[in-house]
Amino acid sequence: MMEFLKQPWLWYLAGPIMGLIVPALLIAGNKLFGISSTLRQICAICLPANIPYFKYDWKQKAWNLFFVAGIVLGGFIATHFLNGQHHVNINPATTALLKTEGIKDFKGLIPTDVFSFEKLLSLKGLIFIVLGGFFVGFGTRYAGGCTSGHSIMGIASLQWPSLLATICFMIGGFISTWFILPYLLHL
Amino acid sequence: MKNIKFLILGALFGIVLVKAEVISWFRIQEMFRLQAFHMYGIIGSAILVGMISIQIIKRFNIKTIDGEEIVIPKKEFRWGNIYGGLIFGLGWAITGACPGPLYALLGSGFYVISITLLSAIAGTWFFGLIKNKLP
Repeated sequence: MMEFLKQPWLWYLAGPIMGLIVPALLIAGNKLFGISSTLRQICAICLPANIPYFKYDWKQKAWNLFFVAGIVLGGFIATHFLNGQHHVNINPATTALLKTEGIKDFKGLIPTDVFSFEKLLSLKGLIFIVLGGFFVGFGTRYAGGCTSGHSIMGIASLQWPSLLATICFMIGGFISTWFILPYLLHL
Repeated sequence: MKNIKFLILGALFGIVLVKAEVISWFRIQEMFRLQAFHMYGIIGSAILVGMISIQIIKRFNIKTIDGEEIVIPKKEFRWGNIYGGLIFGLGWAITGACPGPLYALLGSGFYVISITLLSAIAGTWFFGLIKNKLP
């Protein structure tokens, strides 16, 4: 069993488990699966600055802070006890393409030649580590949800605005990957 | 502590994110370049299982463990679904991570991602600041 769990998990194991988080949260207390709302929660706790969007009783939704604390913990458990860190066996065509675009480190889950503290103060590092994150935080809240809240929870509960948002996530991602990233990776 | 169950469910989600390589920047690249089924399979089957589960909850009128009626509020359309969605998409392909994986990466020991997470929080704060001026 442990040996099985230590292998990389295939999509048809991982996807259904993720899908079951949806009813589990509903049954556990009428909670809607969604992660990006915690970004708003953290703002409401740390720096509400009299902004109406952050003036609400965050304690009412404290459950989601426990949920994301759990995600951090899960990352730790997977990495230290379930052999979470390893080379990712992506399509060789993707590897070849990324090599021509300047990625050299394919050893782990993320390329450390882009994401590292040493790179943080370079233009490339600022864009990939800082600006990218800013877009994620701004975009998900503007969209009213992220991959979990819209793409999984929203579509699973048959809400068309969530389907629309998901289509836009994908369009944004395609534009970014095909037309912008080749320039950014060469910086 | 009534919130411990959410911590446990979060941990399960975090483990899946890492073990299925959803937190990998490479997997997100492969997805957006349409060179693998992996991520589409994960998100697609998660949606399908979630959808069937919600139908079962409705059909059999399943209650929460505290005996409450389960309600899923309707999402109203906003232009932000489109504009915000596109902006998030741009960022998703660059960072290779949506909000869930940002937390999971942190737990996996990629401490540089704490900067990305802080920046995402800053992005959310900035959204809150200018929210009323946006369409």
